[in-house]
Amino acid sequence: MENSMPVIEVRDLDLSYGDVTIMSGLNFKVQKGDIFIVMGPSGCGKSTLLKVMIGLKDPEKGKVLYGGESFWDQDFPGQQAMMRRFGVLYQGGALWSSLTLEENVALPLQIYTNLSVEQIREVVRVKLALVGLAGYPNFYPAQISGGMRKRAGLARAIALDPDIIFFDEPSSGLDPVSARMLDDLILQLRDALGATIVVVTHELASIFAVGNSAIFLDPESRTMIASGSPKDLLANSSDPRVIQFLTRGEKQGA
Amino acid sequence: MVSEKISFAYPSVEIIQVRISGDWRISAGVPPVGQISAEFSRNPQIKRVVFEVGDEFKWDSGFISFLLQLVKECKPKNIGVSRESLPKGSEKLLSMVLKNSAEVPAPPKIEKESFLAGLGGRAVEINAEVISLLDFLGQLAAAFGRLLRGKAYFRRNEFVFIIQRSGIGALGLVSLISVLVGVILAFVGAIQLQLFGAQIYIADIVGIAMVRVMGAVMTGVIMSGRTGASFAAELGIMQTNEEIDALRTLGVSPVEFLVLPRVLALVMMMPLLTLYADLMGIAGGFLVSSGMLNINPVEYLQHTKSAVKLSNLWVGLVHGIVFGVIIAVAGCLRGINCERSAGGVGEATTSAVVTAITSIVIATAIITFVCQILGV
Repeated sequence: MENSMPVIEVRDLDLSYGDVTIMSGLNFKVQKGDIFIVMGPSGCGKSTLLKVMIGLKDPEKGKVLYGGESFWDQDFPGQQAMMRRFGVLYQGGALWSSLTLEENVALPLQIYTNLSVEQIREVVRVKLALVGLAGYPNFYPAQISGGMRKRAGLARAIALDPDIIFFDEPSSGLDPVSARMLDDLILQLRDALGATIVVVTHELASIFAVGNSAIFLDPESRTMIASGSPKDLLANSSDPRVIQFLTRGEKQGA
Repeated sequence: MVSEKISFAYPSVEIIQVRISGDWRISAGVPPVGQISAEFSRNPQIKRVVFEVGDEFKWDSGFISFLLQLVKECKPKNIGVSRESLPKGSEKLLSMVLKNSAEVPAPPKIEKESFLAGLGGRAVEINAEVISLLDFLGQLAAAFGRLLRGKAYFRRNEFVFIIQRSGIGALGLVSLISVLVGVILAFVGAIQLQLFGAQIYIADIVGIAMVRVMGAVMTGVIMSGRTGASFAAELGIMQTNEEIDALRTLGVSPVEFLVLPRVLALVMMMPLLTLYADLMGIAGGFLVSSGMLNINPVEYLQHTKSAVKLSNLWVGLVHGIVFGVIIAVAGCLRGINCERSAGGVGEATTSAVVTAITSIVIATAIITFVCQILGV
């Protein structure tokens, strides 16, 4: 893949929820190694955008391109091959409750690789250790805390060493220390795995801690009204809605 | 096949140089550590492992798991592993893994209980279940008492809505099943009665069977699956969402607020549905008899009229009322006691249906027995 080719490109995307179009005209690119933030107030369509990007929901109009190839124009095997390159951390971790953490992380490996049982166990050990859960392979999701469940979900998301990792509200429901730990983990994984990361969030602390590129979705005008690095947006944006969001409403904007 | 990815050289006696090349990603398969351990046992003087990375080297966490195993292998032998020449990212990942591997909490204890312990546990459980049922019925009775005194918090809109959903909404299914039961009874009766040329008594069989017991039982079974299950699922989800806790902290009895309207609605609707099922069953028998068994339609109706006594109808309606209480109580009780887990609501629903149908059959047996003694 050439350096100039963005890892993800979204072109003229419209999103709908039921019969209502909630966002239109989305255009952005995510470069390799970026930590890309999709931000905006609750209910603006962030999660719907994520669903379209990870292949759970058809877009109303427009394209999502991965390495220049349009996801929604592929046949199902083509889409599957693309999805194999994603890892997704869902909001609550979305661990399969009837499986232990080890089995949760091992399942994608069992489905997609030819590794032996012992090799899979070793790889799973690596993944669990990476997220700080080395001692917990035999725990069930119900036996661990919410923050640990999220980290275990992350271990499953990176099971196949994906090129792109999606995070849906990574810090929601976590205490500040756990949220900070998860943010650090995101940075470390980006550096170590060289993955591209997309984070959907409205947590300001996370946005400034990890993001180097971002878009802002505005529910009233139903489109993205700003893009750039979060710090630049805070310093230079002239849009009052963006400033208000990034300062928790303390500044009403320039 | 994987062995060409790894080869060894000895720059000095104490140092083994491991050349790695090719595709080491998970998808391509990872070479076993055994090859290096074999070198260790062949050359016990080795004190250090250094890496040389080939041109075509591609890696992901498959390689990290290899390194991790290697480090584990080397530690007891006091062999050092140089990480300088490893690809930068992999070195970082390895240190993250090694740093976190130290932490070892106790694994969860999952004890397998013995047969006797299981039996005892089950007995204690049944005891607790009976107590919770009695507690529930007591609360229900108290709530009903408050309602009669006009002091209960009772929402008419919800009550009407439940009546609509559990009564009118069930008509289609009750019609279909009852007509078919009537048809089946007529056919089964015809096989025997035709031998004596007494087909006309099919009207008696269908009429009495439907009105006295079958109409109520079939409606009960349908409503257990339809309404009982939906009560359990509704209340179960409310329990999971902490809605029931919210009612309790408000000082409102969830039994009064949620269960009472459901029980009353079903107690009102079950006799009506039973009556309807009786008529549909007789209609089913009538269709078969007059259409296929060549029985005079007028004669059939006359026979039905003279065979079915009012006492039969009362017995059927009593069945209906009792079943209404059973279904609503089973559904609501299982829903309120639902576990807060992914499987909890499903389990509550299943057990509501099983409890309701079992109790319906038992209640039918008891009522039949009592009627026998009373001579009704």
